[in-house]
Amino acid sequence: MFGKSSRQDWIFFLVFSAFVLTMPVTLAPLGAGYPDLLQKFAIYGLFAIGFNILFGLTGYLSFGHAAFLGVGSYAAVWMFKLLSMNVLPAVVVAVVVAGIFAAAIGYVSLRRSGIYFSILTLAFAQMSYNLAYSVLTPITNGETGLQVRQLATGPVKNLLDQDIRVLDQAFGVVEHGVPTTSLFGIEMSGWPGFYFCAAMLIAGFFIAMRISRSNFGMMLRAIKSNQNRLKYTGVNTRPYLLSAFIISGMYAGLAGALLAVTDPLAGAERMQWTASGEVVLMTILGGAGTLLGPVLGAGVIKYFENIFSAINENVLHQLFAFLPDPVENAVVAVAGMFVGEGWHLTLGLLFMLIVIFLPGGLMEGFNRILGLFRRGRSEEDGAASGADKEA
Amino acid sequence: MAAILEIHDVNKSFGGLRALWEVNLTVEEGAVHAIIGPNGAGKSTLLNCLVGRLKPDTGTVLFAGQPVLGREPYEINQMGIARVFQTPEIFEDLTLLDNVVIPAMAKHDGAFRFSPWQRVSARKELIEEAEHILEDVGLIEQRNVVCSSLSRGDKRRLELAMCLIQHPKLLLLDEPTAGMSRADTNNTIELLKKIGERGITKVIIEHDMHVVFSLAHRISVLARGTFIAEGTPEEIKGDPKVQEAYLGGAHA
Repeated sequence: MFGKSSRQDWIFFLVFSAFVLTMPVTLAPLGAGYPDLLQKFAIYGLFAIGFNILFGLTGYLSFGHAAFLGVGSYAAVWMFKLLSMNVLPAVVVAVVVAGIFAAAIGYVSLRRSGIYFSILTLAFAQMSYNLAYSVLTPITNGETGLQVRQLATGPVKNLLDQDIRVLDQAFGVVEHGVPTTSLFGIEMSGWPGFYFCAAMLIAGFFIAMRISRSNFGMMLRAIKSNQNRLKYTGVNTRPYLLSAFIISGMYAGLAGALLAVTDPLAGAERMQWTASGEVVLMTILGGAGTLLGPVLGAGVIKYFENIFSAINENVLHQLFAFLPDPVENAVVAVAGMFVGEGWHLTLGLLFMLIVIFLPGGLMEGFNRILGLFRRGRSEEDGAASGADKEA
Repeated sequence: MAAILEIHDVNKSFGGLRALWEVNLTVEEGAVHAIIGPNGAGKSTLLNCLVGRLKPDTGTVLFAGQPVLGREPYEINQMGIARVFQTPEIFEDLTLLDNVVIPAMAKHDGAFRFSPWQRVSARKELIEEAEHILEDVGLIEQRNVVCSSLSRGDKRRLELAMCLIQHPKLLLLDEPTAGMSRADTNNTIELLKKIGERGITKVIIEHDMHVVFSLAHRISVLARGTFIAEGTPEEIKGDPKVQEAYLGGAHA
């Protein structure tokens, strides 16, 4: 931990920021250079970074983080309906509300550790999902989902169908039709939307980096390594765990708010356990406990979801057109199982391969490759100096 | 000298098994006090009661005049009691330096301090102190090594360093040389003698008579859950009750 000086951190951070901001260009050759997908990269990257602060640093595996994502989305949409279509109040309130929600769930769930903790978080998330789906319909609009509507013209009877936006009204913003989210007049869809999410991702990454290098981060690592020893070392581990839980819940709330910023509606399915499982996959795929890994994992999974699922038989036929017809048909039949609807199969295989051969995720793979290069170079140096001696 | 640890009438049963029975013990400040006894005598049970892992059925334990029982392990540590475990408990996947900086931080910052913005590398005074301690126990060369690769003897040294950096008033050692080679045992004795010069009160639970007689100022003998004798090493060696219960005449 001491190996990384603050200067190295700054370089790392600047390279990361530069890459995120140039993704529209650098990822274009992969077919990912369009705003909808890049927004998802940034949003789920944030979600995974936050999740990693809990899982990667303390080792506590939460299976209910989608609840905070959903809460963030609902809170953001409500702010759009009540206050303003400006995204700032929505983002701030969503983060705060998700933090409060995480404090309550974390306080109870952290009474247990290991599998019991995971089950408790899963139970809370499923409860939240079911509440949002049915019981809390007056707040969540149930199955239909919560949406931004036109301004109320007469007296307000039902806030679900009529919006008030008191701040926008006070500032005299004129609306035509169903309004869109904005940041002081810049519409938050398409590329501006992506750059807003990217800015949030960069800020979130910076905070996670500072946490990881801090006293607080060191204690979280110690909890993962040997919580028993830490208790006998005079540390009350519970508040450390709860703080980490709340911080990661706030990241999830921010991600949820950004989902609402780029597309202002919120549905209960965002809280379902499959969404909680997805962020676990992202973090492990990229490398739990590393800074870059979760972002990378999120990118890979969203890429597969959007690109592989869009490939159909026609595309495959074009791709393998150079083969003789019977071979082409056979190849397309086999490859067809792994694309389109079958992209989950590809993802599953990739996940298995990584967990078996690279338990540290994609980051471990990169580090191994880097290590090979370094060793290769030092061997060359050694050979060269040996030759010098002979000469 | 004043008593730093007073144990009064402690009883502890597990189901029908009476593990501790009317246990009384006073440890003087600055002393090295050994607790010996055959297997199953209740030594580890007593130690676990002192650090808050077990709660005795009845009795009181006072540390520097303050009651200890019923407190959480971290609170007992913050009072100034550090513990070395039978199998070294360290942070296996962190570096040696991290392992020693963490207890220093716990001592300095208390049981909880939320400081997500302060870099560990900015806390020069803690790192310097940690490096001093690692030097004292002879592990400074390996300060950036991850601990899981250390030998058993080195892990024990590290665990001692982790306790020493907290400047505890009382150090509890649970069989500090269990499972060690003769050479490692002798190294550990030397190390314990060296840190003895710091005047930390120590309570040692030990099987190895060689270790006990090289270190202890006073010895208490525990058998079947109660103390049957207490005295200087010389007195204990000559006590026929002790020989019968424990030494079996072999050391007479």
